Amino acid sequence: MEDKKRLEEFEARIQRGEKIEPKDWMPERYRKQLIRMISQHAHSEVVGMLPEGNWITRAPSLRRKLVLLAKVQDEAGHGLYLYSAAETLGVDRQELIEQLLEGKAKYSNIFNYPTLTWADIGVIGWLVDGAAIVNQTMLAKSSYGPYSRAMIRICKEENFHKRQGYEIVATMAKGTPEQKKMVQDAVNRWWWPSLMMFGPHDTDSPNSGELLRWKVKTKTNDELRQRFVNLTVPQAHAVGLTIPDPDLKYNPETGNWEFGEIDWDEFWRVIKGDGPCNRERMRARRKAHEEGAWVREAAAAYAAKHGMKSRVA
Amino acid sequence: MKLDKQTQSDLFDYLLRLGDDRLILGHRVSEWCGHGPILEEDIALSNIALDLIGQSINFLSLAGKVEGQGRTEDDLAYHRDALDFKNLMLVEQPNGDFGFTMVRQFLFDAYSLLLMEALQASELKELAAIAGKALKEVRYHLRHSSQWVLRLGDGTEESHRRVQNALDDLWMYTREMFESDEVEQRLVQKGIAVDSTSLKSGWESMVFQILKQATLEIPGEQGYYSSGSRQGIHTEHLGYILADMQFLPRAYPDAKW
Repeated sequence: MEDKKRLEEFEARIQRGEKIEPKDWMPERYRKQLIRMISQHAHSEVVGMLPEGNWITRAPSLRRKLVLLAKVQDEAGHGLYLYSAAETLGVDRQELIEQLLEGKAKYSNIFNYPTLTWADIGVIGWLVDGAAIVNQTMLAKSSYGPYSRAMIRICKEENFHKRQGYEIVATMAKGTPEQKKMVQDAVNRWWWPSLMMFGPHDTDSPNSGELLRWKVKTKTNDELRQRFVNLTVPQAHAVGLTIPDPDLKYNPETGNWEFGEIDWDEFWRVIKGDGPCNRERMRARRKAHEEGAWVREAAAAYAAKHGMKSRVA
Repeated sequence: MKLDKQTQSDLFDYLLRLGDDRLILGHRVSEWCGHGPILEEDIALSNIALDLIGQSINFLSLAGKVEGQGRTEDDLAYHRDALDFKNLMLVEQPNGDFGFTMVRQFLFDAYSLLLMEALQASELKELAAIAGKALKEVRYHLRHSSQWVLRLGDGTEESHRRVQNALDDLWMYTREMFESDEVEQRLVQKGIAVDSTSLKSGWESMVFQILKQATLEIPGEQGYYSSGSRQGIHTEHLGYILADMQFLPRAYPDAKW
């Protein structure tokens, strides 16, 4: 009875547009859903360092190298920030990282695809960060205070990344024939996985109803996906790139760019672990974690000896 | 900048040494990105790599101006082969484990700190300014690497063993930091460069103190010391770094990125 009353009050607060803060009462489902979403998001930032990090040593100019390094560094920072947001819900980072390494936690599917040429670095910034921005702009209005604030901060940086990515794409699109070929190929490979970033159709999204009611999310997967397509298609056309979708057409009545059907078999296959790089990414994360074990132990031992609190223990 | 021919050529060479040390070490450190032992170190290491590559851009860009042939920092980074690279062999050594990377960084940071401090007094104002800016970053790098040498040296048995091995393996690459040659000496005469031999005792007192505190043994006299990298002599590793780093501009010489 007590819980029912609390739940009513909680939902009333959300209806009034109030933010829920860590010490406030919240239903267990709300807490669980947020831990799931925020930790997935944090893991995505960390795993996302791998495909882009792949090109740091081969960046084609020193300026591009600096920009890419700074971008990957930002992602590590976002990861840290998001793990801290998750910790406000009563889990610790160590526990979440173990879930990732044991394969129990998910991260964004997009990072299970490989970066094959330098053009991929541009296209990831443009499409992948672009899609992330659409999603995160919505999440910045989330009812959970710490998540909402994390998103506002992260979105600002993602906007830089997107601009820098698009600039690489635009430069290559007006470059040599080889560059044009590389950048079109990268668009062909990243377009559909980028659309998949928004998740399954609303009708197949088991968590959506609850998340919308509690204003963790304020828009559905399909709404966000459509918004992304509408924003992105003109950007592709502006630099002479083709979107690899024969069904793509503009609907003047709705103002929407209507697009073809996503390959949902591929979507579910990659989520279940059978994408081109799932195993490789997890192997890299586990390797970093295992090879770092002696370093973390040493830092803890040193801190214990010298009577200080270790930041890595 | 009005320089006689000899000084111009000496200074170009000297700036390449400064730029290449930082470019190659920055490259090595950047290889850690995404693979660090904790997320905080991914951030710290990419930050250090950013600083080092930023510093190398400043030195190489000035080198290009001094040379006066219209070469940019990118031309110098991407279109020279190993024989024309003037970095210390220390900085091109592969990362090894985290302890090896930190010891390499520590040995270089202590040297770089002293060098940047001294270069602030260079008669060449542009060089003094770059050094002054770099110095702020190097102070942080040295604090970071010293702390890790302390933690790992005085941490567990395993970490102690690992960093002691790293120190023993790297020691033979430390002497050439303090080697001078005619190029440098002529610039020292003009008040532009720092005499490398003058940095040795300061480096030793700084490094020995931390090593001692970290319960590590200072390696004794080595049977072999590397020498000649300022003249373009390198270990086997530099070629692979360049193959990696220079691939795109070399494969597509007409492309702009």
